[in-house]
Amino acid sequence: MPVYLDHAATSPMRPAVWEAYSQALLSVGNPSSVHKFGQESRNLLESARESIASAIGANRSEIIFTSGGTESNNLAIKGLFWNRNSIDSNRNIILTAGTEHHAALDPSYWLEDNQGAKVQLVPVDERGVLDLDWLETYLKEFNESVALGSFMWANNETGVISDIPTISRMLAKYGIPAHSDAVAAFGHIPIDFEASQLATLAVSAHKLGGPVGVGALLVGRSVKLASLVHGGGQERGMRSGTMNSAGVTAFAAAVAETLANQPEEELRLARLSQLLIDGILEIVPEAQLSRGSAPGLSSNVHFTFPGCSADSLIFLLDAAGFSVSAGSACTAGVNRPSHVLLAMGRSEDEATGAMRVTLGYTSTEADIEGFLKAFPAAHELAKRAGLPSK
Amino acid sequence: MKVLAAMSGGVDSAVAAARAVEAGHEVVGVHLALSRMPGTLRTGSRGCCTIEDSMDAQRAASVLGIPYYVWDFSERFKEEVVDEFIAEYEAGRTPNPCMRCNERIKFAALLEKALALGFDAVCTGHYATLLTDEAGNLELHRSAAMAKDQSYVLGVLTEEQLKHSMFPLGASASKDLIRAEAEARGLSVANKPDSYDICFIPEGDTQDWIADKLGNATGDIVDRAGNVLGSHEGSHGFTVGQRKGLSIGRPAADGKPRYVLEIRPKTNTVVVGPQAALAIAEMSGTRFTWCGQAPKSTDEWSDILVQVRAHGEAVPAEFAIVDGELVIRVKEPLLGVAPGQTAVLYLGTRVLGQTTIDKTVSAVPADEDLVGA
Repeated sequence: MPVYLDHAATSPMRPAVWEAYSQALLSVGNPSSVHKFGQESRNLLESARESIASAIGANRSEIIFTSGGTESNNLAIKGLFWNRNSIDSNRNIILTAGTEHHAALDPSYWLEDNQGAKVQLVPVDERGVLDLDWLETYLKEFNESVALGSFMWANNETGVISDIPTISRMLAKYGIPAHSDAVAAFGHIPIDFEASQLATLAVSAHKLGGPVGVGALLVGRSVKLASLVHGGGQERGMRSGTMNSAGVTAFAAAVAETLANQPEEELRLARLSQLLIDGILEIVPEAQLSRGSAPGLSSNVHFTFPGCSADSLIFLLDAAGFSVSAGSACTAGVNRPSHVLLAMGRSEDEATGAMRVTLGYTSTEADIEGFLKAFPAAHELAKRAGLPSK
Repeated sequence: MKVLAAMSGGVDSAVAAARAVEAGHEVVGVHLALSRMPGTLRTGSRGCCTIEDSMDAQRAASVLGIPYYVWDFSERFKEEVVDEFIAEYEAGRTPNPCMRCNERIKFAALLEKALALGFDAVCTGHYATLLTDEAGNLELHRSAAMAKDQSYVLGVLTEEQLKHSMFPLGASASKDLIRAEAEARGLSVANKPDSYDICFIPEGDTQDWIADKLGNATGDIVDRAGNVLGSHEGSHGFTVGQRKGLSIGRPAADGKPRYVLEIRPKTNTVVVGPQAALAIAEMSGTRFTWCGQAPKSTDEWSDILVQVRAHGEAVPAEFAIVDGELVIRVKEPLLGVAPGQTAVLYLGTRVLGQTTIDKTVSAVPADEDLVGA
C-alpha cells in the first residue's frame, strides 16, 4: 500500500466525516423549503454553520458557504474590489504577494487585466516572508488608492506562516479591508476570525479530511461584497444556489475532529517533520529547506534539491510507494517551476528541483522512516537524470 | 524490461504502449509537455502540446492500467526544435521539425532521462521495424504498412539509440487495423484524427508564423542571371519550389510560371526560374549520421535509394563521402529538394543513415533558363 504524503493537496476523508456525510446525504429537503423536510435540512445546515463559526472565532452569520477555497478567494477578492471601487473609483490597487496561491493571485490579475485594478506585490524575502516595513511605507504614501489587501495565512507549498493579524491591523488603520486565504492554514494552527480583524477569510473542507466541493468564506458582519453568483439570494445574498446541507455537515464534522486535538497534533507533526528534515539533510547536505528559518506549518516540508528535476523525483518516489508532490497540483499534471519559489527569488533551475511532503492525521513515524529509506536511491537517480534545461 | 511508453495522446502511441504491456514489459506512460502554454486547447490531434492530448494519453494509460506522468521538456523543445526551426528558416533553409524532435527530444532528452531513471527502453507509436542481422546488429527497416511507414523520420537514430528503442507497430499491416485494435482494447482515441501539422504552430500557417517571428523586410526577386524581376516582403516567407505568391510584374520570356529556386537570406534575395531548373542532380551535407552499423566503405560511390521528404518516394542514387561531406547523386533529376531538408539513405527497406541537406546542385545550368523561349 503506497504511503500518502500529500495532505496539502487533499487530506483523506476521516471515518467520522464519512459517517456524518453519508447520513446527511440521506436526509431529504431543501433548506429553503418551509415544510418539515425543509426545516430538517435547514437544521443540519445551521448546526454546521454554528459549529464551524464557533471553531473559528466567528459569528454564525459571518459564514458564507461556497464550493471551496477557489470560489471563496474569488468571491472575496472580486467582491471586495467591486464594492470598494464602485464607491471610490480611485481605489484600484490590490495589495498582495507573488507567493499567493493561484486561486487568489489569478482573480487579482484578472481584475487588473479586465476591470481597471492594479496589482501591487509586497516584496518577500528568500524565505517567503513578507516585508512589512515596505508595506508600512507604501501604505503611508498610497493608502487612499488601495482597494484591498489579500495575503495567505500559510503558504500551501512552503508552509511559511504570515502574521495576518498584524497585516490586517496595518490595513485597518487606513480603513482598508484585508482578505486572507487560510485554506492551507485552517486546522493546522489556531485561527480566530474576530481577533484577526480581517474583512474576509477563505477556508476549505477537503484539506481537513472533509469532502471536496465544500468551503466557506467568512465575511465580517459590516463588510459589503459584490456577489459573483446571482439567484435566490441565499447566504446573505452573496452566494445564491441551493445550500449543500450534507456537504457542510461533513465540513463541520471535519472541523470538529481536526480541532479537537489540534495542539497535540501540531506537536506530533512537528516532531515527524523534524525527523524528516534532519533525515533529508543527512542524505543530501546541499538540500535547501525552502522556508529556511521562518515560522511554518508543522505539516509542510518543502525542499529544493540542486541539480534534480521534480519530474524525476516524484516519479521515482511514486514508484517506490511514496506519494509526494512538487508543489501545487496543476491541471495538466505537468510540473513547471513553482511561481512561489520564483517569487522568492529562486532561479528556474533551482525551482525545478522542488519537493513537497505534507503530513496529516494519517501520517506515522513508520511513514517517515520508510520514506527516508527510499529517498537516497530516488535522489541519486534523479540527480543522474539531471535538469530539463541541461 | 522496464519500458517508458512515450504517449502523445494519439491512437498509435496508445496501441504501441498496449502491445508493450501485452509483451510482458513493465510499462510506464509518459506524455511530453512541449509547450509552456498549457492552456492551449485545440481540436483534433496535433501530437503534442495540448491539454486535450495530455488527457487523451492519461485516459489511454488508465485503460491499460499503467502509471502515467507528464514530463516537462518545454525548455529543451523550445531551444532545440522551435528556435532551430526559426534559425533554419532565417538561413533560407526548409527544416523538418519532427525529425529534430525525434533526434533531440524523444530519442535524446527523453531517452537519456529514461535510462538515467532505470528504464531499459523507450517505446513509441512510429511505424517502423527493428530487425537484427546475422551478426546481431540492429537494423531499422521500413514498416510493413508502407503507406504509413515512418522510418524516414527515424533516420536520425544512431546505433546506440536503436538499442534502447521499441516500435511495436512496425509489423502492422495498416492504420485501419491499428484503429480497430484500439477500439477492441477500449481505447477512446481509436477514432482520433491523424496529425499532420507542425505541433507548435497553432493556426497551421507556417509562413504567417515565421513572418511573425522574424519580421518583414523588403528584398529583391531575381532570376539566375541576377536581373531584378520584382520585390518581396521577406525571404523567409518563401520555400524552394514555391510558385504561388511571387509578385513579379513581367511574365517570363518563355511565358511559363516561375518557381523559387534559391533563397539567399544574407542579401534577402529570392532567386526564381523555370520549373525545370528546380530539378537537382546532387545534394550534400556535413551533418550526417548512420542508423545502426556504418557502411564499410564510404570512399567509393555506392548505389542506394534516397528519400528527401516524409511522404516522398525513395529514388535511385549513389553516395560517397567526399572531403567530409556526404554527397548524394540522384540517377534522374529530382524535384522538391531544398537545403534544410533531410535526405535519408535506404538499402532496400533498411535505413542506412541520413544527412541534413546543406547544398544542392541543379540539373539544369543557369544559361539554359531561356531554352524553349
